[in-house]
Amino acid sequence: MSTTVIAEIPGHERPSVERVNYLNVDHSVKSWLLTHDHKRIALLYLISITLMFFVGGFFAVLMRLNLIEPTGLVAPETYNKLFTMHGVIMVFFFLVPSIPATLGNFLVPMMIGARDLAFPRINLLSWYIYILGAAFTLYAVISGGVDTGWTFYTPYSSSFSHTSVIPTAVGVFITGFSSILTGLNFIVTIHKMRAPGLTWFRLPLFIWAMYATSVIFILGTPVIAITLFLLGLERLLHIGIFDPAIGGDPILFQHMFWFYSHPAVYIMILPGMGVMSELITAFSRKRIFGYTFVAFSSLAIAIISFLVWGHHMFVTGQSVYAGLIFSVLSFLVAIPSAIKVFNWTATLYKGSISYEAPMLYALGFIGLFTMGGLTGLFLASLATDVHLNGTYFIVAHFHYIMVGGAVMAYLGGLHFWWPKITGRLYPDAWARFAALVIFVGFNLTFFPQFVLGYLGMPRRYAVYPGEFQVLNVMSSAGASILGVGYLIPLIYFIWSFKYGPLAGPNPWGAKGLEWTTPSPPPTENFEEVPIVTEQAYNYAGTSESAHG
Amino acid sequence: MADMAAHNAHHGQHDAFQHQFEDMEQQRDAGTFGMWVFLAQEIMFFGGIFGAYIVYRVLFHDAFEIGSNLLNVRFGAINTIVLIASSLTMAMAIHSAQAGKKGKTQVMYLLLTVLLGVIFLTLKFSFEWRTDYHEHLIPGFGFVIRNAWGGAGIHVPLFFCFYFFMTGLHALHMIIGIPIILVIAVMAWRNRFDEVYYAPLEMVGLYWHFVDIVWIFLFPLLYLVGGRYLSNGGQ
Repeated sequence: MSTTVIAEIPGHERPSVERVNYLNVDHSVKSWLLTHDHKRIALLYLISITLMFFVGGFFAVLMRLNLIEPTGLVAPETYNKLFTMHGVIMVFFFLVPSIPATLGNFLVPMMIGARDLAFPRINLLSWYIYILGAAFTLYAVISGGVDTGWTFYTPYSSSFSHTSVIPTAVGVFITGFSSILTGLNFIVTIHKMRAPGLTWFRLPLFIWAMYATSVIFILGTPVIAITLFLLGLERLLHIGIFDPAIGGDPILFQHMFWFYSHPAVYIMILPGMGVMSELITAFSRKRIFGYTFVAFSSLAIAIISFLVWGHHMFVTGQSVYAGLIFSVLSFLVAIPSAIKVFNWTATLYKGSISYEAPMLYALGFIGLFTMGGLTGLFLASLATDVHLNGTYFIVAHFHYIMVGGAVMAYLGGLHFWWPKITGRLYPDAWARFAALVIFVGFNLTFFPQFVLGYLGMPRRYAVYPGEFQVLNVMSSAGASILGVGYLIPLIYFIWSFKYGPLAGPNPWGAKGLEWTTPSPPPTENFEEVPIVTEQAYNYAGTSESAHG
Repeated sequence: MADMAAHNAHHGQHDAFQHQFEDMEQQRDAGTFGMWVFLAQEIMFFGGIFGAYIVYRVLFHDAFEIGSNLLNVRFGAINTIVLIASSLTMAMAIHSAQAGKKGKTQVMYLLLTVLLGVIFLTLKFSFEWRTDYHEHLIPGFGFVIRNAWGGAGIHVPLFFCFYFFMTGLHALHMIIGIPIILVIAVMAWRNRFDEVYYAPLEMVGLYWHFVDIVWIFLFPLLYLVGGRYLSNGGQ
């Protein structure tokens, strides 16, 4: 058992040759597949979700290719499958686990000065559950795909679609439990295993974000599990739960689906916000402006996120009064989100800003997330939503938050902590270049979609009127630039893992317990339990000693 | 694992101590807290289906009343008693560990719990569900809508759909729980639990009590809300 291995690492007994760390402690395949080390599990997740990201991205490429011609290049049935599988894979198998399962798994114990998560075996189990869920979904892809849209709306999904709805739903159902177990592990670890002196208000804001995310994992994910179970039951046994023709209520499905899936978009963005607070402070050499506000805004987002699901259903015939209330509540979410953006900006003010690659992603995040957030207000207003619902405006809004926000933060975080994870530096010039390519490619892909949506082009159609072609070609051109932008980091990350220059424990001069250990860290993270005596992001102290 | 135990003995720790914790107290705290978080997740898991049930009960009141009256309240009532008794024996098992009683006492209470659980499941599947099958009350398996139900009849299968799904999900939790209790019983037989260390026993106890509480809600919601005693309906 690998626990045995852990117990046997006497780091100080091997003074010469290479220092023992979590990567080189054991090279066997078994030691990876049965590892209990949160850092190794983070890497297992990193490899898996990267694979899924490129599978999901492949479908996006095919979609954008199809939309170059107004008449389309593939059959409409094929197009339906493309956008469905792009959505399912990207949402459930990349965005939801992205930051929590990789950076979160790696960093939560390190940032709070613990040797591991509270339940290492459950952590490993969560990865196997993820793989099982991914296997079901990939089987659905191979066995002909699924065409319901990632939202699985009934009665189409339960009574009419002839595609692999059930394997896909089973895959999503199973993967949900990996999220639940990750969330459970994080909540318990953050509550019970903080180092001495590390009070709640000394925690890095990344931890607060992980905590808020975990709360949504625990309270939201079970509901989508049960909803998909009911969907599968209706499809198998033809019982009228959701199909009105046999006595059910399709709106109930939407209520139950969005009760999870709206909070789920905060599962995807909250960790990104946590990464942002780390990046902005590290590269402007300043303590975060308004620590408590940023910390509590994460929790506020988690709580309010459970009360806004009805804004997905303004035009599905829910009562006008419900619509009004959901509209007001949706506007409320803008407040904690805006608090974060304002506080990051205020942190930059008079900071000693440097423009390393992670910071470029962070600055990109601020702009793109702000655009995504503001266009969300168009959709939260009842009247404008009637015009914009079901158009490319929604597609663009969603991608500004999910790609411009979550993926930017994920890449920024990956660049920031890569030297800690691997002990190696990546080529900074290439990294900055890639960040720029991604920023340009992203905007060229999705900004035209705002215009398309406003002009009335509906989403999820394989063909469109000729007058929309210029904007669609712009979007497709942007998508190819974006694709190249994502391939560059993949190449230099793999290169740097083997050939990159050694990083040292703290290449950025950043604050936080994770930077006090060697890179890559030893299996037990800390030689002795750290004692925390100062607040988070105490950069004022460092700059004084640096000048003196 | 033997190495692990030797390692722990070397550091003056309990055999079951895990390296990521500082001490046994932190380990027990984390375990208990983790179980509560898991149960919060379970509440939402059942909450979704309970919510859907309540929506349909309001929408299709008459059909749900007919459906509820077709259930055999005797089986439900007996099972309620059986399950509460199993909670008692589970609590006794934990209590005997806390009081420092021998492993065999704990094993006896645990096996009683398993026995009561098996009785519950036997009644549920072999008697209650089998009768339902013969009366053509299982949706998807030859459900027959009876003329006597009138216009509400079309929605009666919906009630049974929820009935089988909710009680089935509950039974599934018991089916998962029983082998876990047996594993814990083996550990108790080997005298692994004492007044210092009984966390796994306590965890499985929390789980078992939770499954009981779900039934405490299911029983009235499914069997009793049909107004069976108001309208003098039922069998």
